[in-house]
Amino acid sequence: MLKEEILYEAADLKNIIHDPNVARLVINKDKIISSNIIEGIEINTESIKDGVRIRLIVKEGKIIIKPVHLCFGVTAENAVQNIEINTEIKKGASISLLAHCVFPTAKDVLHKMNAKILLREKAKYSYFEKHIHSPGGGVRVIPKTKVILEKEAKFKTEFELVKGRVGLIDMDIESKCGPDSVMEMMARISGTDDDRIIIRETGYLNGNNSKGVLTSRVAVRDNAKAEIFNKLIASGNYSRGHVDCKEIIKDNGQASAVPIVEVKNATAHITHEASIGSVDKKQLETLMSRGLDEDEATELIIQGLLN
Amino acid sequence: MDTILKTNNLTLSFNGKKILDNLSLNFREGEIHAVVGPNGAGKSTFASIVMGLEGYRKFEGDIIFKDISIKKLGVYERAKLGITMGWQEPARFEGLKIRQFMQASTKDKKEDSIVKALSILGIDYREYSERAIDKSLSGGERKKFELASIVAMQPELVILDEPDSGIDVASLDNIFSAIKHLHSNGATVILITHSLEVLKNAQYAYLLCSGTLLDEGKVSKIRKYFEGKCLSCAHKNIPLFSELEKNI
Repeated sequence: MLKEEILYEAADLKNIIHDPNVARLVINKDKIISSNIIEGIEINTESIKDGVRIRLIVKEGKIIIKPVHLCFGVTAENAVQNIEINTEIKKGASISLLAHCVFPTAKDVLHKMNAKILLREKAKYSYFEKHIHSPGGGVRVIPKTKVILEKEAKFKTEFELVKGRVGLIDMDIESKCGPDSVMEMMARISGTDDDRIIIRETGYLNGNNSKGVLTSRVAVRDNAKAEIFNKLIASGNYSRGHVDCKEIIKDNGQASAVPIVEVKNATAHITHEASIGSVDKKQLETLMSRGLDEDEATELIIQGLLN
Repeated sequence: MDTILKTNNLTLSFNGKKILDNLSLNFREGEIHAVVGPNGAGKSTFASIVMGLEGYRKFEGDIIFKDISIKKLGVYERAKLGITMGWQEPARFEGLKIRQFMQASTKDKKEDSIVKALSILGIDYREYSERAIDKSLSGGERKKFELASIVAMQPELVILDEPDSGIDVASLDNIFSAIKHLHSNGATVILITHSLEVLKNAQYAYLLCSGTLLDEGKVSKIRKYFEGKCLSCAHKNIPLFSELEKNI
């Protein structure tokens, strides 16, 4: 199978690869292997060491109806991939991105990403990042993202590992929210063996009436470790936020959660909840009383948590 | 009819207090039974012991299911024998879709069976299949989904702890339909209740007070005593045996 076909299949791109109405950019290590740019979007790329720098702009007022597909893959067993993305969504524009990060045969792959996202007034941006890793855990994923939301902008990001082992995921995402803007950041990851998961999510609710939710759902089994740092700082008048972190541990898994909420304005309000523990006994017994053994019941509960 | 479940002198204490005291009950195969009594009588404890829940495994006496002691079996092993339970307050599963929950419970894993089980509870599968069985559902809704999962499992013995708890009047008929469906499909049903409405569905009843069996028999007889004495009882679930004996 050709390298691009491996990526297309893993990233579920086969059905859209010939669709001229769907924007896409497919990168294998440091090479662009497929792209399609549609009206309303500008994508410029340049080579950098071990990777690609991307400049993505959605023009003012443009509503991109179909999700834009991005695929950052490494089909080699050993490699470094550097991706830099600077994104600007102009005033009133809207885009949804579906990004697949695919490392199906990785033995020692380092995937680094640096992203800067600027959402102009009333811009909307949704980003769903799905990871497909090798079963051996030979992947290190280190994404760093900084987001700026101007007035009434909306930002939503979800991160999910859908296949394979984590290896190392060390993600760091920070959002600064202007007036009446809304941001949601969610990560869902399940670690096994000696996987290591580090999630740093920070939100600054600087604008009046800005809103933000940070959500983490993590399960760790075997000897996997997870560290979650959620930080939400509210300084805007009537800004509202919530931090929600749930972690399930099993076997020798270890997890920590450090929720920090800081309120610098008497009209602002932030809540947080964090829980770490084994699988809920009542959930487990309910499923076992329907005929699932303990492992099957645990798996289903974790699937639910990560849904 | 043959006995499907028998408890022999069940005794369970927590912190030195006897919750169940020498409780010996027989449940006939294919019948609907009720275990009634006021709050604190030990009804839910009895259900938890029969299901083998954690924290209810160290007791004196024995539980015989189809002539075999199940005392040392865990929840899963008991479920594999055909025993299941509906909780008074069903569990919430964050993110777990109703489709996934029902598939896990359904004996033949067929979607038709899921649709049918839910329809008995008055639920449209298409409307709910992708919803999570979490706090976005009311307690009554979760109760109905739990009962639907039991119907889909096709158990041989089902213990329903307060099956009407959190259920609005309009939905009570759905609950009773599900109980009748289980019964008509050959299941033995044990209703744990202090509700006279629920009690009506049973064919035979046991009356508990302070972990002991006060009386057993036809529902009409037990209902009369329960309604007349237990509901207005002032002795805080400490039986005044001399008075009880006189009245029964």
